[in-house]
Amino acid sequence: MPTQTIYTLIKQLFTKKATNPFPVKYAPENMHDAAELIEKGELEINPPVKVPPNLRGKLEYDKESCIGCQLCVKVCPSEALIFKEDRTVRHHINRCTFCGQCVDICPTNSFDFTDEFLMAGPRKLNDDLILNP
Amino acid sequence: MKEKEETTYEVPIGPIHPALKEPFLIKFKLDGEEIVDAEARPGMNHRGIEFMGMHRNPMKVIPLSERICGICSIVHQHMFTTATEHALGIEPTNRARYIRTIMCELERIHSHILWAGVAAHEIGFDTHLHFTWKIREKVMDLLEYIAGNRVNYSMWTFGGVRRDITSDMYPKVFETLKYYEDLYEKLEDIFLDDPSIKMRTQDVGVLTKEDALALCGVGPTVRASGVKKDVRIDQPYAAYGDLDLDYVIPSRYGFENKGDVFSKTLVRLKELLQSIEIIKTCVEQMPEGEMTSEPKKAALFNKLEKRSGEGIGRIEAPRGEAIHYVRLVEGRSDIDCWKIRASTYNNLATYRPMFMGEQIADIPIIAACIDPCIGCMDRAEIIDVDSGEVETYTKEELHELSVKKTERIKNRGIK
Ligand code: SF4
Ligand code: SF4
Repeated sequence: MPTQTIYTLIKQLFTKKATNPFPVKYAPENMHDAAELIEKGELEINPPVKVPPNLRGKLEYDKESCIGCQLCVKVCPSEALIFKEDRTVRHHINRCTFCGQCVDICPTNSFDFTDEFLMAGPRKLNDDLILNP
Repeated sequence: MKEKEETTYEVPIGPIHPALKEPFLIKFKLDGEEIVDAEARPGMNHRGIEFMGMHRNPMKVIPLSERICGICSIVHQHMFTTATEHALGIEPTNRARYIRTIMCELERIHSHILWAGVAAHEIGFDTHLHFTWKIREKVMDLLEYIAGNRVNYSMWTFGGVRRDITSDMYPKVFETLKYYEDLYEKLEDIFLDDPSIKMRTQDVGVLTKEDALALCGVGPTVRASGVKKDVRIDQPYAAYGDLDLDYVIPSRYGFENKGDVFSKTLVRLKELLQSIEIIKTCVEQMPEGEMTSEPKKAALFNKLEKRSGEGIGRIEAPRGEAIHYVRLVEGRSDIDCWKIRASTYNNLATYRPMFMGEQIADIPIIAACIDPCIGCMDRAEIIDVDSGEVETYTKEELHELSVKKTERIKNRGIK
């Protein structure tokens, strides 16, 4: 039905887009330059999408409250948690599947989710991809 | 030169498309345009996920099990957990049963809408693909809101669930259901009333009731042929026993139980309505209580190590019945045996009668009509039996053939 098609097309011009906007309107020629510009505040980027309140995002780890019971290491399906000699755990974000089993099982609630979800980095072993290195 | 009548061609389709999770091979014998034989061969990409599971303790396998399938992640998670619960003799709490039911049905909604889009794409209606996938986002958002992630929900645990659906979430649930109720008429209008879609789906890929029963097909694939088969009713799990459900078969809505692609579309669309009703009832009747019957995880660990047992988990996945089998033995913390049978495995057998007598251009839509999560027409070879010449069809070419057929039908009303 052509009339319905035209109606839908016109309506879509004025409705909110179903997709999320890219961080910048036009692809920059050089990502590093763009990153520098953003740091200086000269280039504005579209904020990341809104996340729901209970998002399973990047984990945070409180080393002080950890009692070294190793329960989290036992339930982690992807071996993202490694027990260290000082009786704390090292968490590799690059291996984590964000299942939350460690968050649920920890008796002292040392692990928790944050709503941060942009975790890409140039190297797997970047400092910000390992908690309690 | 050989005799003229020996002109059947053999066309293997598959086996692998790197982006797909269920690659398999179908070998077609063709007489001109017509398919005279089809043979499905699964097992082309064994990932060894069961083997991985057998070297981990059951707690670790829950997140692994939901990664068997990206669309049915709740389904596999549910089956694995219930199978282990069965083996250990753990009962989930009543509230958990209801939450599980709601999640299963939300997943069915998103899976069926996704399928409708894929089916439309296979016959060349890409606008419908974009439309359906756009409206699917709404239920994905709801799933993310409840579970914290769009796919791989990590909600299940032994004895219950790990995340609650609290009363402050109800408005969002009802809003989403209302959204689909409002859109439902449009979906039916697109998929059931459009003349060109009808011509591509009616009397194409017919599966008779006898074949459906003989080949043990499952899910909407056989319900479209009028077979009353639904685990939710036949052997209720989670909270389905409390609900008043009826089999979704075409004759219930005044259509013939033909078993063609059209009936399969009809069944899946009507199941959307059924799922919406189920979720509504479950939210309204949700009992109070604990989320899990095993809140002490350390004690649960002991149980897992100390008990032996065998368990079965059955579910009506969006694609039909699926089963997990789990065996635990005393003194071993890892799972002793884990066997999975997913619904597509059964439905592969129904391909043969469905393909018989159809045309090459119908291969994509018939292959998609059992909802196998494949676009496996990655590569098709046509081998001339006489000369051994090989022609290769890529997925795109097959798709193009299918699109052209739709155009032909649109323009001239012929096949
Ligand atoms: S969230 Fe899951 S995968 Fe990630 S560290 Fe915790 S248990 Fe391991
Ligand atoms: S479960 Fe909690 S307390 Fe125990 S080792 Fe892990 S982080 Fe530490």
